[in-house]
Amino acid sequence: MLTVTINEQELRVNEDATVLEVARDSGIDIPTMCFLEGISAFGACRLCMVEVAGTSKLLPACATKVAEGMEIHTDTERLRSYRRMILELLFAEGNHVCAVCVTNGACELQDMAIDAGMDHVRYNYQYPERGVDLSHDLLGIDHNRCILCVRCVRTCDELEGAHVWDVAGRGKDSRVILGMDEAWGSVETCTSCQKCAYACPTGAIFFKGSSVSEMQHDPAKIRFLANARQNKEWLR
Amino acid sequence: MPRQVDLNEMATKEQQLQSSHRCRVLCCSSTACLSSGSGAMRQTFEEGITAMGLEEQIQVVPTGCMGLCSQGPVVKVHPKGEEEIIYHDVNPEIAKSIVKQHLVKGEVDVPHMLSADIPFFTRQTKIVLANAGEINPERIEEYIARGGYQALRKALSEMTPESICQEILDSGLRGRGGAGYPSGLKWNLLREAKSERKYLIANGDEGDPGAYMDRTIMEADPHRVIEGMVIAGFAVGAEHGYLYVRAEYPLAIQRLEQAIRSAKRNNLLGKNILGSNFSFNLEVRIGAGAFVCGEETALMASIEGRRGQPVLRPPYPTKRGLWGAPTMINNVETLANVAPIIERGAAWFASIGTASSKGTKVFALTGKLKNTGLIEVPMGITLHEIVYDIGGGIPGGRSFKAAQTGGPSGGCIPAEHLDTPVDYESLRALNSIMGSGGLVIMDDQDSMPEVAKFFMEFCMDESCGKCVPCRTGTVQMYQLLDKITQGRASAADLALLEELCDLVKNTSLCGLGQTAPNPVLSTLQYFRHEYLNLLKEGVVNHA
Amino acid sequence: MSKIRLATVWLGGCSGCHMSFLDLDEWLFELAEFADLVYSPIADVKEYPQDVDVALVEGAVANEDNLELIEQVRERSKLVISFGDCAVTGNVTALRNPLGEPEPILKRIYVETVNSLNAEIPDEAGILPPLLDQVKAVHQVVLVDLYLPGCPPPAGRIKAAIAPLLAGEAPELSGQNIKFG
Repeated sequence: MLTVTINEQELRVNEDATVLEVARDSGIDIPTMCFLEGISAFGACRLCMVEVAGTSKLLPACATKVAEGMEIHTDTERLRSYRRMILELLFAEGNHVCAVCVTNGACELQDMAIDAGMDHVRYNYQYPERGVDLSHDLLGIDHNRCILCVRCVRTCDELEGAHVWDVAGRGKDSRVILGMDEAWGSVETCTSCQKCAYACPTGAIFFKGSSVSEMQHDPAKIRFLANARQNKEWLR
Repeated sequence: MPRQVDLNEMATKEQQLQSSHRCRVLCCSSTACLSSGSGAMRQTFEEGITAMGLEEQIQVVPTGCMGLCSQGPVVKVHPKGEEEIIYHDVNPEIAKSIVKQHLVKGEVDVPHMLSADIPFFTRQTKIVLANAGEINPERIEEYIARGGYQALRKALSEMTPESICQEILDSGLRGRGGAGYPSGLKWNLLREAKSERKYLIANGDEGDPGAYMDRTIMEADPHRVIEGMVIAGFAVGAEHGYLYVRAEYPLAIQRLEQAIRSAKRNNLLGKNILGSNFSFNLEVRIGAGAFVCGEETALMASIEGRRGQPVLRPPYPTKRGLWGAPTMINNVETLANVAPIIERGAAWFASIGTASSKGTKVFALTGKLKNTGLIEVPMGITLHEIVYDIGGGIPGGRSFKAAQTGGPSGGCIPAEHLDTPVDYESLRALNSIMGSGGLVIMDDQDSMPEVAKFFMEFCMDESCGKCVPCRTGTVQMYQLLDKITQGRASAADLALLEELCDLVKNTSLCGLGQTAPNPVLSTLQYFRHEYLNLLKEGVVNHA
Repeated sequence: MSKIRLATVWLGGCSGCHMSFLDLDEWLFELAEFADLVYSPIADVKEYPQDVDVALVEGAVANEDNLELIEQVRERSKLVISFGDCAVTGNVTALRNPLGEPEPILKRIYVETVNSLNAEIPDEAGILPPLLDQVKAVHQVVLVDLYLPGCPPPAGRIKAAIAPLLAGEAPELSGQNIKFG
């Protein structure tokens, strides 16, 4: 066991735990987007950055292991302002039109904007022209709503073992792709397990037939599936 | 069993061959000179010399870069026992008259002649580039004739891994890729790592706009890099190395591969090198055009055949690198310093440079200067000397405005700091960096917001897209800079830009994003008035 | 105490925000005690008046008429509130932005999907205000003092924004009151 302090609160924690794990175990919320319990940490959204005494660098809570005597701050003025800016950047980057979105009201991006106090976006909206793929029987993806958290990519690879999803392009032209950059419906390796749809934080991946505000994700199912065998839990 | 090689015997044989000629005509065959026609120039020399029946007396040698790239093709005529003469801008016509006048009649009164004692040459100190422009990089014999692989022989026969690492540490050598981490410390980290497999990687994914130091080293003297790698491999306990070179450097790749083959043939690579117990394999890996693959975790992903994007550190590569094994990544120029240090000793190397920055640094000198090209200077030389002595000053009666070091990760240095010594700490104190060696000179006509915009566009295009601040923050910053340079921006836009610089610098995942705002921050620090002059009053205000 | 001069403005939007405003029901009577509605699409006022205290702006800036009006609104109003998602983000009005310039969109609407031999894009002066190349949120054009997101903002949210103003206080919206969509 180690001793760390988070926001002045002293905690006894496990040695191999991450800052995010110990914070959440103690009821301290750190916002995350690309992180999803049950799959590997990715460290890309930068929303979970925390301040650690003794280093001028901010560290991602999802991927930083605790160390003895670590003094962590998760909710400073500076971090709050960075988080709001990152959310503004995400909203400006894609085409996030909550009013007509399948996940309106159940969207992690939308909820996080509320928590961050983001009442408008100061940056230039990019209005990219991205496609929608409805070729799969059950599922669809609207790339306009994708924030490239790649939870789908990691879930499909690590849990389903199918590795149907990946990322192509770079920088602002990055996008998630299916198979060899094919239409979803023609990707033979897709098992239609729907885990990607459970994992997606926004309205990007959805069950076909969902109308506005009807799509419900289930990220907790990913955690359940990841640990089911070990916990011998066969039903949820 | 590979054949046993006697380095001294090879050297003597080659020296005899060379001195059997009365004159060597060294034709620069680097990418820069080849693109300005040095292939035709060399052919003209060869044909002219054959026509005169002088091929037994005069040796025409294709070489690596001689430095004065803006005046290429460059050729160096070196009569035995005499001063060498350099000619610049040598087209086939000039080449013909050099053959007729200089080589046949011995008269050096030919146009385009340059004396070797102009400051461009005399103010340089050549360690890394000692062989550049002197030898044929495609003949291992020429490298050996100039003492090549003697350091390796010494390392394998007279030294231990510990003593080699200590020598590198004592020399004060620091990473030449930009960050300036002490190489000896890194070597010790890998040497002490417990693992059956360890890897060594030479980072030749040089990508800063205008920078071509590593390309030149690899093209001009590939064996020096290979020798440095074998010594490093022995010192840290790695038996496998990769030379990661960007695909845009086909000539460097070709020469490295050729050099690897001849090193293998001569038992300088492969099993039981020079009869020792040490074996080392070396392979070239070619990048696929992404700047971010110069970042070490992205580079390793690329070698492994995965998408080249950075992953979180720690663990650092020396702990968990290529295919999970401890790995050391050194820049090409860093490795090119190794053989001279081992051969001549840490004390010699440490006597060059400043208290904290030892040895020399190669710079690609570009922009508004009379002489542009590739130079190697001792650490601690002032910018003033580089610009006015080596570079020959600003042409066209204009005046110096700023020097950009470190490319898209660096910053600018204004005229009031021209006397700053070029070393890691002094440049950092000015909020710039040594970087990998790009040095761009701007004159009073250049707009600094335009410079910042240029580099931001580069970072935007080269962002891998993994982390949000870099992927999309660079887009917003670029668009704000574009708005500013077009005179459409308000004070609020400038505030937004500065706020984004702070975000991207502090929250990006890897060095590309963390340093992308630097050119903006630095031009704002020294040339803020240029931004303010471009702002439009009373337009949109983001409250 | 003199009454607050209140205006409501309708730019490129569906008027849903105004409908939601009317959903304030009996509170509108209370509002009328403190405020005069000096300009509104539901009042017969041709010219945007001077010295407006509070302007609720619905809709995004989509055409040249919108642009002209919003500049006037800004100039003549003390406090400008972006009222609803179209004003705050562009929202549905801005769905055309990824498709680029408006010409192909007009062609699609007035020509390609019309079952008539002489279908054409109306170009007589005064019929259709020229569309801007890109639809913009209000704050991308003029300074905005307060943001009231929602599609539409529910009546309670509108009240939360306006009620403090009547009491001379600055409203602070948070939580569900700033939810988009």
